Amino acid sequence: MGEKITGAQSLVHSLEAAGVTDVFGIPGGAILPLYDPLYDSTIRHILVRHEQGAGHAAEGYAAASGRVGVCMATSGPGATNLVTPIADANMDSVPLVAITGQVPSGSIGTDAFQEADIRGITMPITKHSFLVTDPDEIPRAIAEAFHLASTGRPGPVLVDVSKDALQATTEFAWPPRMDLPGYHPVTRPHSKQVREAARLMLESRQPVLYVGGGVIRAGASAALRRLADLTGIPVVTTLMARGAFPDSHPLHLGMPGMHGTVAAVGALQKSDLIVALGARFDDRVTGKLSSFAPNAAVIHADIDPAEIGKNRTADVPIVGDLAEILPELIAAIEAELAGGAHGDYEAWWALLSRMRETYPLGYETFGEGTLAPQYVISRLGEIVGPDAVYAAGVGQHQMWAAQFIGYENPGTWLNSGGLGTMGYAVPAAMGAKVARPDTTVWAIDGDGCFQMTNQELATCAINDIPIKVALINNGNLGMVRQWQTLFYNERYSNTNLHSFRIPDFVKLADAYGCYGLRCESPEQVDATIEKAMAIDDAPVVIDFVVHQDAMVWPMVAAGTSNDDIMVAREMAPDWSGEDD
Amino acid sequence: MSRHTLSVLVEDKPGVLARVASLFSRRGFNIDSLAVGPTELADVSRITIVVSVEGSALEQVTKQLNKLINVIKIVELDPDASVQREFMLVKVRADGDSRARVLETVTLFRAKVVDVSPDSVTIEATGKSDKLQALLKVLEPFGIKELVKSGLVAVGRGPRSITDRAVRVVERSA
Repeated sequence: MGEKITGAQSLVHSLEAAGVTDVFGIPGGAILPLYDPLYDSTIRHILVRHEQGAGHAAEGYAAASGRVGVCMATSGPGATNLVTPIADANMDSVPLVAITGQVPSGSIGTDAFQEADIRGITMPITKHSFLVTDPDEIPRAIAEAFHLASTGRPGPVLVDVSKDALQATTEFAWPPRMDLPGYHPVTRPHSKQVREAARLMLESRQPVLYVGGGVIRAGASAALRRLADLTGIPVVTTLMARGAFPDSHPLHLGMPGMHGTVAAVGALQKSDLIVALGARFDDRVTGKLSSFAPNAAVIHADIDPAEIGKNRTADVPIVGDLAEILPELIAAIEAELAGGAHGDYEAWWALLSRMRETYPLGYETFGEGTLAPQYVISRLGEIVGPDAVYAAGVGQHQMWAAQFIGYENPGTWLNSGGLGTMGYAVPAAMGAKVARPDTTVWAIDGDGCFQMTNQELATCAINDIPIKVALINNGNLGMVRQWQTLFYNERYSNTNLHSFRIPDFVKLADAYGCYGLRCESPEQVDATIEKAMAIDDAPVVIDFVVHQDAMVWPMVAAGTSNDDIMVAREMAPDWSGEDD
Repeated sequence: MSRHTLSVLVEDKPGVLARVASLFSRRGFNIDSLAVGPTELADVSRITIVVSVEGSALEQVTKQLNKLINVIKIVELDPDASVQREFMLVKVRADGDSRARVLETVTLFRAKVVDVSPDSVTIEATGKSDKLQALLKVLEPFGIKELVKSGLVAVGRGPRSITDRAVRVVERSA
């Protein structure tokens, strides 16, 4: 028999028992009973400035550490402010538990003050959701929420708890009995399929490992490296998988997709066998689906059976946890090799190497003294190095950060890939810094994104979370402007934010208790970054004032074929290959 | 496009039907017919869904449904290997002149009159969709005043039960 306590105390005990050490949130009426016992708990609650910040912070925390991120909000507007980060976590398979207060159960459905049906609202964007009105159900709901969020394909789980359930008396016992009769994620792959995959990989002449974010979520980066080294098959890492495989590795061709390298896009497009590992054939990777990799057979390994065959038919489907699949696949390939089989990718590598050498990532610079954003980001990566964590917003700066920084380790590149949430960077960096306080954490943000969530600088300054922000300030909604340049006759409708003038980001940083630095010319870049690196007692914001006409290249325009990739404006690569 | 009958065993918990229905609308699948009710197991409900989709889309429907945590099991019921029934109540104009002919139709279709008033009768009928369609076609000339139909329910032929394994699953987790 457990002790008699309140539902709120039971919830706090449950969180402690689930191993939670850090929570991001904001209190309010309906969740107030919970905040009273939280005051006495060992759990660190970080009071954010906006619930969206709490959600993204929990995501950054999870992505940087592999642990479940936790955010909290009150009913109604508090809960609805969590909707964007919950949707974001759902798209990018981030283990997240969101706890919301709900109006008392007797008032549910009456349009009570600060009432919103947050379980209903988040149904399509969560892995699962609970509405708890019985205090005795609290430990079970919390245990199930953490189990669901962190196992199988990770994702967000919402636990909505009515105020009366928090106030009522209950008993606490842990661990509760979980009751999830419909939840049995398959982790162990079918060995016949794995053997078939091994055979195909050695038989094929133009294979490619198409690595997605699932490899990082599965903690399977080391196994991936063994697989690549064993076979010599080229590797491409998607936007969500940057860091899953070292950028310095000679087998790595970089990122595929809309702004991928010519070699990575070409490797997929020209391959005869795509080995998809925790990737989901997203439209940003495939381009026009009907013309994607027309000659490739597909091995598709994923923890989520619904991803297999969703966009592209799989010839060899493998459902399971990549942490189990990859070692089995390695063993199967070793057995094939021992039996005399061997892969022959020499001609393939000759073609790919030529692509890589002919079309390296590059960028144009504008007049003397002006600052190219790509230069800033390249130097940042070189000076700060691969041990830091980088969190990006969404847009041009995100693509440049994915392209021009060398990632060597999983969990060092955080971004909003699926939902494309502007405003992700600052709160996600905050969450990452809380999870890994001894690691340098940089937010690489645009001036548009930054103004959506920069209020969390106050949270960082007050709670001793010294993140660093590289603000790539081109004064515009840069990616939208780029599309207007390319597809809308340079008619710049509502993309100029005038953020060269307003706000003054250095003063803004100062007002938030952070260090504000400004950098406007290439000569200042190294010194400014080094100055920021020397500061560790408060957050730093560097306002890099960059040229507004810089564009992200290469580019596969939306809805077009990967075959039509452009390396620069009106410049298509020659990758016919076979001719010479 | 072809029609498929899915029997979906779900936990009897609040919001389950909303999850299933919203999944169909979100993923762009159309529901032709839907019926929900209890089963022989206290905590398990059964949803019978008829969908019209292409073959490959059916696999997506099933896989997406399976991802719902409250969904325990999904079985597609082949019309030839299952009993499929709909239920219908229809109020038909039937005055002195037509009443005898309406009642004759009721007998022919082995339907049943469940309510009578001076100028109408209410008929109860059960059967496959095409039988009910045929009955309606014959009744139409008399004047249909009101019609209500249930979704299709279905059960596999033979001794086996689709809840067999589901029961074990529920017990194991208990």
